[in-house]
Amino acid sequence: MSQSASISIRNLYKVFGSQPLKALEHVRAGMSKSELMNKHRHVLGLRDINVEMQAGEITVIMGLSGSGKSTLIRHVNRLIEPTAGEILVNGENILKFGETRLRELRRKQMSMVFQHFALLPHKTVLDNAGMARAVRGEDRSGYEQDARDWLARVGLDGQEAQYPHQLSGGMQQRVGIARALTSNAPIMLMDEAFSALDPLIRTDMQDLLLELQQELHKTIVFISHDLDEALKLADHLVILKDGVVVQQGEPQEILLAPIDPYIVDFISDINRARVLRVRSVMDTAATPPPAIAGKVDADATLESVLALSKGDTSLSYEVHRAGAQVGYLNMQKLVRALVPTQAAQGGMRNSARMKPE
Amino acid sequence: MTTYSFIFDGLGLRNWCGEPQRSGPMTMAELLARGSGTAEPETGFDWSAIWSLPFPSLDELHKACAAIPRSRDLTKSLETGFLNIRESLKYVLDPLTQPLSWALETALFVAVNTPWWLMLMVLLVVVWIAGRSMALIALVAGVMGFLLFVDHYIFAMQTLAIIFVCAFLCVIMGVPAGIAMSRSDRLQRLMIPVLDMLQTLPTFVYLIPLIFLFSVTEPKLYGIAIILYAIVPVIRLTDLGIRLVDKDVIEAAEAFGMTRHQKLIRVQIPLALPNIMAGVNQTIMMSLAMVVIASLVSAPGLGVLVLRGIRNLELGVGLMAGLGIVLLAVILDRVTKAALARVNAAASVPRH
Repeated sequence: MSQSASISIRNLYKVFGSQPLKALEHVRAGMSKSELMNKHRHVLGLRDINVEMQAGEITVIMGLSGSGKSTLIRHVNRLIEPTAGEILVNGENILKFGETRLRELRRKQMSMVFQHFALLPHKTVLDNAGMARAVRGEDRSGYEQDARDWLARVGLDGQEAQYPHQLSGGMQQRVGIARALTSNAPIMLMDEAFSALDPLIRTDMQDLLLELQQELHKTIVFISHDLDEALKLADHLVILKDGVVVQQGEPQEILLAPIDPYIVDFISDINRARVLRVRSVMDTAATPPPAIAGKVDADATLESVLALSKGDTSLSYEVHRAGAQVGYLNMQKLVRALVPTQAAQGGMRNSARMKPE
Repeated sequence: MTTYSFIFDGLGLRNWCGEPQRSGPMTMAELLARGSGTAEPETGFDWSAIWSLPFPSLDELHKACAAIPRSRDLTKSLETGFLNIRESLKYVLDPLTQPLSWALETALFVAVNTPWWLMLMVLLVVVWIAGRSMALIALVAGVMGFLLFVDHYIFAMQTLAIIFVCAFLCVIMGVPAGIAMSRSDRLQRLMIPVLDMLQTLPTFVYLIPLIFLFSVTEPKLYGIAIILYAIVPVIRLTDLGIRLVDKDVIEAAEAFGMTRHQKLIRVQIPLALPNIMAGVNQTIMMSLAMVVIASLVSAPGLGVLVLRGIRNLELGVGLMAGLGIVLLAVILDRVTKAALARVNAAASVPRH
């Protein structure tokens, strides 16, 4: 079993209704979602989605409810069949798979974590964690140790004999994650996995996921409606609106150069200093500024640099990554990056070099 | 001439109608008319008779045209139709249902011939396995003790034996039927009217065609009647239970690559079990209701005593047997409810 897998979604369309193929022609001719609803009683779920999900990365698909993000993630394991388009996993179009191959794909290549946990209520925590392996037909002795290890890894040692309803929501979702990890599948689909949890527990779970990802390098597709969560987790961020990809790219770039008023709206509320990192605003030019006040890490947040400089905008810092100097950071440039997007919209729009990959 | 003669005259069908035949038996109305000496009105269309205008029913149309059958011919032909297919129906159904007769005979034999103390022990063990409750054991022991004390034990055991066999067969057939129904919307649409009919058809109506098909001395006669009547709730609730299984869990099962069979065995049936058990409880209670009525067609048990009470106006016998039936109903209900509660506790689903 390969430990990494890439997913690419190409020209994907989904129309819900009695005659989706007919309605698809209208969509391809440029009919809008509301017009399609009013004239033909069909719901446009997804329109011309193109996303490349790199192996070993966390791709976050973000959008408000109704934007089609849950529909999109269900296409990746074909819980929902698309109306048109291609979904390639490791270069193979999974839409061509027959029932048996699709089942093999779901059993060995993919695992899924659900918003409402979807654990088996009549099975113990241990059985739930081993569910994916049991479904494959493995003996209990074959997966029990793995399941125990992963349960311990997500902080549930000693709870193996409990039933799901005896655990809190956060703990249940840990079982959900342990179940996905025990399956050893290279792809993990997470459908609003942390949305039903309390804010504090949610932060814990995000940290846990990032920590696990550090060593596992799975291909994770994460659905979220929470921008802070998306920015924290994403290597690649896809923003969906009404079934269309509005913008996608590295989160830092989207933050600095939003190409759509919808995204500007989205990011106007967040604390930019906490999300933006030094590497996104540093100068890579070779000429060092006259005075260097100290060294900062390329992945440090701007907030931490602000604290370091105590608000003095005349300073400059040397930026390091893994011990090597990679650029310089001017505090004035840092402050400019913190200006909310609306004020600099025109300039940002012009410098935007974002195009769908 | 009668009220509706003009239709046949107008359409030129008089010849097709032919001469009125007087061969068949007369209707009650005709008999009364002859008795009172008034002949049928032979006058033309009478406008004053508009008040008493009859509906053009089969009987009325028959008066105008002999080729139209009377409604009594309808019931008659239903009967002859049934009698005509009876032999072939019997040819198919007799061997198919013979095991039911054997099962009932065996169960009755065991129930009657097992020594009372052994039977009591077996019953109490079964109750303990189902309910795990000392109070329940005490209740069952008390009821059985009372029935033994008033010499109704044998009758009660016969009733219990019939219920045991019939309810068991209901579950064996009903649960798969319910599963099939839950998987196909079309089958559900077909089955629901059938189940509605089985449940609303007066219980005596089942018995009539069964009496024609099988001999009254055969146990399968009442066995089939009980099963037809009592199988409905277990089918309905199995279907409902499987359809109500949390969609999220089903989606998870699919996402992890379960086959249809794995989904059924590992997810749907366990999660539907509380509903299925509720159906089993209803099925048992309904078999108890039917086993009393089935005493009309020679089902042994407490129902026989009730019937004796009615036929011979032996008030005490009827009341005593009635009390015995109530006690049986109470223990059957309590034991199945206790089993249901244990299933519920094991499979309780947290709600978000």
